[in-house]
Amino acid sequence: MADGALQEPILRVQGLKMYFPIYKGILRRQVGEVKAVDDISFEIFEGETLGLVGESGCGKSSAGRAILRLYDVTAGTIKLNGVEIAGMKGDALRRQRPEMQMIFQDPQASLNPRMTVGAIISEPLTEHRKLSKKETLARVFELLDAVGLSRDFVNRFPHEFSGGQRQRIGIARALALNPKFIVCDEPIAALDVSIQAQVVNLLEDLQEKLGLTYLFISHDLSMVRHLATRVAVMYLGKIVELAPRDLLYNDPKHPYTEALLSAVPEADPTAEAGRDRIILEGDVPSPAHPPKGCNFSTRCPKVMDICRLKTPEFKQLDDGRHVACHLMDQ
Amino acid sequence: MTDIAAQTKIEDIKPPRSQWFDVWAQFKTHRGAVIGMWFFIFITLLVVIGPYLWTLDANFIDIRAKNQGPSLAHPMGTDQLGRDAFSQVLAGGQVSLSVGVVAMLLALFLGTLVGILAGYFKRIDGLLMRFTDLFLALPLLPLLLVMVMLFRDSLRGLFGPETGIFILIVFAIGITSWMNTARIVRGEVLALKEQEFVLAARSIGTPPYRMILRHILPNVMSPIMVSATLGIANAIITESALSFLGLGFPSDFPTWGRLLFDSTNFMTLSPERVIYPGLAISLTVLSVNYMGDGLRDALDPRIRGR
Repeated sequence: MADGALQEPILRVQGLKMYFPIYKGILRRQVGEVKAVDDISFEIFEGETLGLVGESGCGKSSAGRAILRLYDVTAGTIKLNGVEIAGMKGDALRRQRPEMQMIFQDPQASLNPRMTVGAIISEPLTEHRKLSKKETLARVFELLDAVGLSRDFVNRFPHEFSGGQRQRIGIARALALNPKFIVCDEPIAALDVSIQAQVVNLLEDLQEKLGLTYLFISHDLSMVRHLATRVAVMYLGKIVELAPRDLLYNDPKHPYTEALLSAVPEADPTAEAGRDRIILEGDVPSPAHPPKGCNFSTRCPKVMDICRLKTPEFKQLDDGRHVACHLMDQ
Repeated sequence: MTDIAAQTKIEDIKPPRSQWFDVWAQFKTHRGAVIGMWFFIFITLLVVIGPYLWTLDANFIDIRAKNQGPSLAHPMGTDQLGRDAFSQVLAGGQVSLSVGVVAMLLALFLGTLVGILAGYFKRIDGLLMRFTDLFLALPLLPLLLVMVMLFRDSLRGLFGPETGIFILIVFAIGITSWMNTARIVRGEVLALKEQEFVLAARSIGTPPYRMILRHILPNVMSPIMVSATLGIANAIITESALSFLGLGFPSDFPTWGRLLFDSTNFMTLSPERVIYPGLAISLTVLSVNYMGDGLRDALDPRIRGR
């Protein structure tokens, strides 16, 4: 994104923190907090897809949900279309909801089993638009067409569909209000591999047609490579590297990104056999007790003394990418 | 985009049909539920219309015809005062059924309300559940006794002897039997609240009360239905216990429970006097249970159509 710097970003997140308190004992006193998201900052420009990757439990989903204000954020600012939403409450926040929507991971759990497909897709419309019954139905049909489902499905219930079809219903619901910004929270993780491609292609088509902006949360690196324009790598609640896709995949700077990318299998068996993999030692530390200094210092193959003392800054390099690592200072 | 939609032929697309159509279709496939429903309708009609057809007064005392066995004049025999047992069962059914249904509705409403509020709003959860525990810990009979002693006369004065005592009994039973429903519903709501579709509705911006009505309530229907069917049985039996203690309806006012207890002394002499009201209670409860079972299945779209 060469012209990206000039554009006003659709979403600007600064110093976002999402801590979940831990209560213990008879008095339910707060004894600590899980630092699910610990001071992350990034921007998303209109029409692009920001891939957010990281291993399980690193805070990807919490970050996505905090940005959509499904949680009350601990600290930081979230500016969507220039409107500050991090501290918003009640009706003001409700009015901002149509601007941002979410596609969920589990298409089974994200659809109310007691509602028909028609009722599920029209829920955002009944909440935010004053449409007649006929207009609502027309819009539901339009959305069903857009996600490639038959119009006959309006009267059916979610359990009658396959996983891929259910995910399409979820996508139709997310699109109902014409949002500009959509958080895709691992939308393909629960799907069969053959269906994943269909759903990803659908997401791409919709982005092209409707000019959508995605925050694509995933742990599937090859899918992110296919979809994203820029990629952010998270580890233990922090973004360790944020770079344009090709830069990140071809020349990862952060040791964690390197290790993560080396875990992606090759399609070619001979190349796969001769490949060097970086195997990380140990486990991810608990987000309730992150290590002192750099979060990655306990497992980093290139760890230095300073890493255990000082938290590295999230700095911009000359080529435009952001990395949080002491190696960059040398 | 809406312009394009307006152009599409809306006429030749089926509009979403009412869900109650499917519910009824599914209900019909549950044989026990249909039999239960017909039996419940039959027994309701019997106790409502019956007294007009079988015109013998339930309180008419014919002391010369006391303790008779079944005959053409008295199909279920007579009691120790010569009152016709059949008309007493009919008259008692009116009271028992209405007490059962109304007390169940009251208990269900209270239980569902407390359960949903406690489960959904974390802030009042502890308070409401301790309140529920408080009610569970209360000794039921002494409480009812005190309530009846305190309010009987004033309610009688306000609404007349029969309506007054009816309101009192229904209220007393309703207020002391909602706790189980509340606990079950709260548990279900707690589990439901963490489901992704609730999160999805939150991201849409659905306000709490519509969230409860649209997403939570329909999904806790099953336990509520089960509570309802058990509640009717419980209410009928509690009412009989109250009548037995002399705290319920006056003695010249027959209910199924009262008839049962009055007849126990004469069990060896004429067992049929115990059997008929007992049979009426059990069959009613059974039919309601079957109906509830069928209704619960019919309301769940995942089971529907199987």
